[in-house]
Order: sequence, then structure tokens, then C-alpha cells
Amino acid sequence: MIKAMINNTEIEVPEGTTILAAAKKANINIPTLCYHPDLIPGGQCGICVVEIEGIPGLKRSCMTPIGEGWKVHTHTPRIMATRKQLLDLILSNHDTDCLTCIKNNNCELQGLAATLGINSIEYQKMEEKLPVDNTSVSIVRNPNKCIFCGRCIQVCSNIQSVNALAVNNRGYESAVTTAFDAGLGNSPCVNCGQCVVHCPVGALYEQSHIEDVWRAIHDPDLFVVVQEAPAVRVMLGEEFGMEPGSLVTGKMHAALRRLNFDAVLETNFTADLTIMEEGVELVSRLKSGKNLPLITSCSPGWIKFMETFYHTLIPHMSTAKSPQQMFGAIAKTYYAERMGIPPEKIVSVSIMPCTAKKFEAKRPEMRASGYQDVDYVLTTREIGRMMREAGIDLREMPDEPADDIMGEYTGAATIFGATGGVMEAALRSAYFLITGRELEQLEITPVRGLKGIKEAEVDIDGVKIKIAVAHSLGNARRLLDRVVEQLKNEGRSEYQFIEVMACPGGCVGGGGQSWGSNMAKRARRGEALYNEDRSLPYRRSHENPSIKAIYEKFLGSPNSEKAHKLLHTRYFKRSPIDGKIIDGENTTERR
Amino acid sequence: MSSEGHCRCTQIEEESLYTELEKILEGHKGRGKDLIIVLHKAQGLFGYLPRKALEMIALELDVSINEVLGVVTFYNFFSTQPTGRNSIKVCLGTACYVRGGPGVLKQAEKDLGIKDGETTGDRRFSLGVVRCIGACGLAPAMIVNNDVYGRVKTTKIMEILEKYE
Repeated sequence: MIKAMINNTEIEVPEGTTILAAAKKANINIPTLCYHPDLIPGGQCGICVVEIEGIPGLKRSCMTPIGEGWKVHTHTPRIMATRKQLLDLILSNHDTDCLTCIKNNNCELQGLAATLGINSIEYQKMEEKLPVDNTSVSIVRNPNKCIFCGRCIQVCSNIQSVNALAVNNRGYESAVTTAFDAGLGNSPCVNCGQCVVHCPVGALYEQSHIEDVWRAIHDPDLFVVVQEAPAVRVMLGEEFGMEPGSLVTGKMHAALRRLNFDAVLETNFTADLTIMEEGVELVSRLKSGKNLPLITSCSPGWIKFMETFYHTLIPHMSTAKSPQQMFGAIAKTYYAERMGIPPEKIVSVSIMPCTAKKFEAKRPEMRASGYQDVDYVLTTREIGRMMREAGIDLREMPDEPADDIMGEYTGAATIFGATGGVMEAALRSAYFLITGRELEQLEITPVRGLKGIKEAEVDIDGVKIKIAVAHSLGNARRLLDRVVEQLKNEGRSEYQFIEVMACPGGCVGGGGQSWGSNMAKRARRGEALYNEDRSLPYRRSHENPSIKAIYEKFLGSPNSEKAHKLLHTRYFKRSPIDGKIIDGENTTERR
Repeated sequence: MSSEGHCRCTQIEEESLYTELEKILEGHKGRGKDLIIVLHKAQGLFGYLPRKALEMIALELDVSINEVLGVVTFYNFFSTQPTGRNSIKVCLGTACYVRGGPGVLKQAEKDLGIKDGETTGDRRFSLGVVRCIGACGLAPAMIVNNDVYGRVKTTKIMEILEKYE
């Protein structure tokens, strides 16, 4: 333990504690800008500087471990003047059109300017306007807002191991950009949006579909259906000032109805459908022993990552579409048919914790219904904005159920939103499909939680299967390098079933979730999903009465020809230079 | 650094150099640590670093294209632009700056249809900037290859350049 003084408060902290963390313990808040609790401090901005008696110069508190007997001062006139000057310099070439900025009221730079009492910008403004990068269908990058904190680069390279963003050039010319300035849409970017949720300012945000959705809602000729991903119901509350981890399923349905969506349905319904298709796939691969391990395919960021960096694993991928895309295909066929609505009049909107879902919806192969299956994708942030625009306060909403015939769901579906959830849900049903009996111990705890790579062995009627779960693409890379090596050297892998989610924490930590996210909040959202699971009458996908109905009345059986046409997909090899498809060949055989 | 000796290469010759590059890359497969050495060799080969070469290097060394670009754009030695047969340097030192250097640069850019740091499509000229060449009395000054031109008038730039093939 180390004893030191911060502003005349005595503190005792473990060795290695930074001054910033030590001060926090003493209830002293040192202002920060580039610092993020989930990232390694880089000290780029210098806002968190402090003075230490006997040590010349100012030290960055975010990356300086406190020393024995140090006397640290955090708010002397010299420090306060330095901070103001640093911020002045940042503001001198920051595009300060705050009123029309996507981050208005959520901006860390704006907040800091208020905290430090900036009432004028001392330096002459640099007026140079750089072009906004609109090349990606998921993410927009406005370099005029960038403050060089480096968070996006760190998360893209270190945590996600994608390396789409980097600093190019040097000195005044240096810029955070993509290789050759080609734009995110022409880079290996997988659209996960972790750069977006880590950006302190308005330099990175989603390609908005808000205007398109308003137009569709206001068009009396169109029938607008909406689906909500599991992770949205534990996030949306935060958009309205509720505690992280508030479960707002019923309020969300009510609010969407008041936004005048014609039918409020559920992604969770098609999450159950995904389990039926993927579960049968797992069982058949376990029986044949072919193309094991089976790897899950729900996360579109992961899919593009796999296509770009691990295309040799394509035969191992589940061909089951993600719940969003299954919903899209079913809404314009089954739902249209049963409800007597012409499919061309249906506009299919999804609410997702995700920016990669915007890319997934626009993939040219996602037109199984004969139309673009999912027309518009809104992030949790966007639907929050729409609700506020419409004068809806989620907290005041009653609890309402989703609409029939695509609104009913089980606990297995709702845990899709947390890392390990798809695995757990699939095993609950696979056990039944293999043994004909129900799994007694429903909760498969070794696959829960925020450990980067989780492994377990599951006993299915005497047959042991080894499973692994990875979240964040950096962890996926670590796991899959091992798998690729095993397949190459031994012709088989130690694992039979692998779940990968692109975002840290799974979908609850998605790139479309509210600003100001961190791992601690992600964990609470995940917990809330497991709580909902426990509260639901059905907890296994195959028990869902609406799922039974769709197979009975429409699809036949899981993996039937019709199910294959509508609910399964294929993958492509992509270039790690620009993310474009290399060979247009159908690289997975439809079985 | 100059890349003279390669500066007369045509597009067709450049194509044949990629086979050479492939040979160089063979010894560095999957070796990201060799990046700078390989970039040196590639620039020696082409006289600059064409985009296609950078992409090949990234794929063969198994490093991201962004890492390659980060290094290439950081070091002055590396150039992603081919160099021309004749080098034009416009002086923007203090004296030239106040006597109209920026205007000369702007006009040269306009006349040649390229920006500072670029090369014309026919590789006849590369355009760049220097900070003082010690010819302050002749400001604004400009150097073409080894010839110094003083009191440059924006209307006379093309006349000067005509001499250089």
C-alpha cells in the first residue's frame, strides 16, 4: 500500500494506482478528456495534469502511478490555467457548431468546456473544413470534430484487432483516417461501431435512418412493422435517465405504439426461430461430425470480420441468418400472408444496439422475401431521439405486450443480448433435440460473464461437447487462431460449438447503444437480460407457442426447404485491404 | 532522398517491377517486423511506393494496410507519389513568403494541374516547397533542378518550365 496526500487529504491505495484513480477515492474529481475507463491511458490531451511537490513540471494523472509520500495538488492556479489553455488550443480547430451536432448535450468536450468555465475561445479559429466520410452504410466520420484523443484507434486496433483507423502523416498534417483516405466504406472496417461509442465528441456516429422511418410512419399507404433486439430493452431506459440495467420491455412496446408503428413485433421471436434453425444445424453436425466446430452467425460485425480475416472458417459458420434478417424475411412473407397485407406495402424497421446491422440489412443477398427484407435499421440512440422528438418520456409509459403473431418470445431469446447467450439458448434446445428430454439445469453459468474467452464442457446424455464463447473481435482472433491451427495440424478442433460476438460484452455493449458506455454498465445490462429470462413463462425456444405455430402453418420443420430459402444465408471472402468481396462465388453450399 | 535512375520508368516498366517485388516479398512472408526494410527495398525498386505495392506488402507481411500507411506517411523518406524528371521547388522562406512566394506556388499548381508534393501525369515535373535557399535578395525565388530563378513573376512560370523536358 502507498500513502500519499492529495490536496491535503490523506489517502492509502495499492501500489500502481494512478493519481487519477487515487484522487477519485478521495472524492477529488480531476477533469479528463481522452481518458476512458476501459482503455489504456495514452495521455494525449493533457487535461488531467497535476502538480507534485518536489517534482518539476506537470504530470498526467491518468498515467502516473502515485508514489509513497507524494504531495499532489490537482487544482492550483497554474494547473487550472494550463488546462484552460490546452482546451483553448483544442477548441481553436474544433468545429463548434454544437447546436446541430449529433453529440449536443452528450459531448465530453462540451461538458469539459462547461466544467472548466470556458467563456470565450482565445485563439483565432481555424476555418479549414475537411470532407465528411460518408462512404460507409453504417458509420459516418466527421474529421472536423476529431480532437485526436486516440480512443477510436485504440479500440479498433487493440480491442477489435481490425485496424481500420490509424494516424496518418505527422505534425500539423496528421489525421485520424483510413488507409489511402479511402473512407470507412472502402476499408476493412466491420461496422461494429465501437469507435462510435468510444468517441468523446461528434466525430463518429451512425448513418441515420430517422428521416426515412418518419416518412414511412407518416405515409398512410404503408404498413410499418418494428422489431426490437433483446439488448435494446435493457438500454433504452438509460436514454431517458433511468439506471443502467433497467428492463423496459413493456414501456418500449408502449412507446413504439405511440410513435405510430402499425405493428410492434419482436426480434426476440425470431431469436427463438434462430435457435430452432441453428439448434438443428448443431445436432446434424454433431451427428455427422462434419464442419465442427459450428460457429454462430448472429453478429454482423463478426460476420464481416470472419469474411475478411478468417474466410477459411466459412464452412464452419452456421448458415442461419441473424434474428434481424430472419424477422425481415418472415415479416414480408408469413406475416404478410397471415395478416392479409401486400408485402410491397410493408416497411420493416428494426431497433438494434448495433451499427453493423445497417450494413447487414443492405447486403444484396438479404432479399429472400423478394424485397429488401429489412428496410431501415435504427440504433438505440436513434429510437431514443425519435421518442424525445415525439414528446414521449419512456419512464411514463405503461407496460404493454408486443403484437401477435411475431411478438411472443422465451427467456432463451432474450439472453441473446449478452455474451454467451446464444450458446446457452442453443444448448437448451439442442439438449431436447438430441435426447428428447428437457435440460434440467437451464442456466449454463460458465458461458456467462465478461471473461474474454469462456470455455466449458457440456454433457448431453453421455456425449461431452466442448464449447467456447468469445466477445470482442480481439478475443475472437485469439480463439480462432487456435482453432485454425488445430484444424490445420490435426484436422479437427477441440471445440464443437463456438459463439462469437463482435462487441465487448455482446450486444449489450453494441456500437448502437447510448453514449458514455463502459464495461461496468454493460455488465449491468447483461444481468438485466438474465433477470428477464428468469421471469418468463417459457425459457426454451422450442416451447414458444408462436414458434410452434410458424413451423406448423408455414415453414414445415426446421431446416426444411422453405426454411432454408428464407432463413439461411451464405458468406463471401473479402479483402483485408478494402473489405470488398474478392470472389463472388457462393462460398458456402446450401445444404 | 532522390530516386534518380528510376525516374524514366514508364507505366509498362512499372508493371514488370511487380514480379521483382514478389521476389523480394518471398523472404519476408508473415514478418511484420520487416516492414521498414521491405518499404526501403520497394521504394528502391519503383522510385516511390505505388498503392498496389503497399497493398502487396501488407498482405504478404500480414500487417494491416493502415499500419503500412502509418509508417509510410510518417517518414519523409517514403513517397507515395512518383517523382518527376524535373524537380521544381518554390521557396517559401520568410523573404520569399512576404514577396509573393505563395502566389508563385499557387500559380505553378494551377499551371501544372498538380498540388504541392505531387507529380504531373507525364512525370515531367514534381512540385515542392523549400524554406529559404539563401536567395532572399532575389525573392520570390524558385529552383528547377539546379537552376535558381529570382524575382519570379507568376505570368512567367510556364515560360521558365518550357526549357525542361
